[in-house]
Amino acid sequence: MLTFDHVSKRYPDAGDALLDVSFHLARGEMAFLTGHSGAGKSTLLKLIAMMEKCSRGHVLLEGQNLNRVKERQVPFIRRKLGLIFQDYKLLLDRTVFDNVALPLVISGYSQYDISRRVRAALDKVGLLGQEKKYPLALSGGEQQRVGIARAVVNKPRLILADEPTGNLDPELSVEVMHLFEQFQQVGVTVLIASHDIELIKQMGYRVLTLSHGRLVGGQ
Amino acid sequence: MADHSGRRQKISLQNKLYAYLMNHLQVLFASLGRLVRTPFTSLMTILVLAVTVSLAGSFYVLVKNVKQFSENLHTSNQISVFLKQSVSDKQGRQLARQIEQNSQITRVTVISKSQAMAEFKQYSGFGEALKALDKNPLPVVLEVLPETTLTDEGSLEKLMAELKRYPQVDFVQLDMLWIQRLQSILQLLERGVLLLNVLLGIAVIFITGNTIRLELQNRREEVLIAKLVGATHAFVQRPFVYTGFWLGFFSGCVAWVIITAIILFLQGPVEHLSQLYEGHFKILYLGFAETLALTGITTVLGILGAWVVLFYQLQQIKPR
Repeated sequence: MLTFDHVSKRYPDAGDALLDVSFHLARGEMAFLTGHSGAGKSTLLKLIAMMEKCSRGHVLLEGQNLNRVKERQVPFIRRKLGLIFQDYKLLLDRTVFDNVALPLVISGYSQYDISRRVRAALDKVGLLGQEKKYPLALSGGEQQRVGIARAVVNKPRLILADEPTGNLDPELSVEVMHLFEQFQQVGVTVLIASHDIELIKQMGYRVLTLSHGRLVGGQ
Repeated sequence: MADHSGRRQKISLQNKLYAYLMNHLQVLFASLGRLVRTPFTSLMTILVLAVTVSLAGSFYVLVKNVKQFSENLHTSNQISVFLKQSVSDKQGRQLARQIEQNSQITRVTVISKSQAMAEFKQYSGFGEALKALDKNPLPVVLEVLPETTLTDEGSLEKLMAELKRYPQVDFVQLDMLWIQRLQSILQLLERGVLLLNVLLGIAVIFITGNTIRLELQNRREEVLIAKLVGATHAFVQRPFVYTGFWLGFFSGCVAWVIITAIILFLQGPVEHLSQLYEGHFKILYLGFAETLALTGITTVLGILGAWVVLFYQLQQIKPR
């Protein structure tokens, strides 16, 4: 599903963010990405989401070399992914329904399909009936679940989550992790960046550990 | 969740096209809604655009009216023959008959000394003062109307030289000459207006562009999020292009109102002036096709303004 082949990323002003990182994620696998802050977790996810390009090595998504993807094709690569952010990145002037529907509108689904899929996704994250509310009327945990619904509504092959529980209390964090577990169980590949070591251990999945840009565990 | 295994449902082309059109329609009205929700800002922008456009439109209407006026004049290739002061009305009429023999001439009208005086009194406003003159200083004038086919300068000048050879003739004047001068001035004016309108059009592009740029800054976050979930350049720019569309369209409509108001305001005085000169000058408004063209052009300029800005600025908004 996802392969990092001797990948390095150097920022002109900040030096090496990633150094010679190699690993492979199989289809349907769930893994955690951990490390101290500044270890390169976010950079690694950004390479997959094509927000950055690597300086050396290759990133392969479903066998496609992301180095060779043209600017015009980037949106179509992103449509294969479900991205989840620590700060949720919701549109505050749109309803929950419109937020979750965005990827489907972009991909050109019919109103009927959009309505059906958005409801299914909201049902999955336990927010059915909240469609007409605005994000700020929801709690932090609920907002994150709207973000997750948006990430899965287009049935992505790979879910990338960057500190999805960073702003949530321990109880909600466990709930959100179990949600990811459910997606993995139906065949989606899941990669979660988190520094909540306790929670990660509790879950018992593969853990990729980054330290100063190098992969030091979980290869 | 059964088909969540990575296989994605294919959307048929027909459904996709329908959804695409629906998206356009939805964005079209969403952009309109956005303008309506900030009425003050929108109105200010539209008014600035409309004033610019109405300036261009007014110049156009001005040229159009002057052109109409000069085209009415153009039909005459009349030659005025001023006879010597010593020539009497009777001698003048004799000469007129003589001249009429010429096959190139359709008709000769004699304006006697007293007729000329009466006309002069009526239009000059010197009525009372002229009474003080003990004798009529005005000459007899023959208004010679050549064949309508005779319009080129060369043959007219030849005819004028012929007329000049009569001993009774003082001097000969081609009325068309000043019309030709007027027309070359008009051509110059028309060029100038074209140039000015191009400049005003560019102004419209940049005013719209700047408005769109501000709008883009306000909605930066939205653009970033849309790009993160796989929006193409076309999708992201669509609402902004439609904002440009509406700004252009509305400014065209408001400009039409302004131009029409200007003509209405000037119509009374112009028609009064026309009556004073015995003219039947009818002021021209913007026609239906011209109104369509006006709003069409402003709409296109609005879209263009949006595009110019989006082309550069949208590339710079990238998720990091």
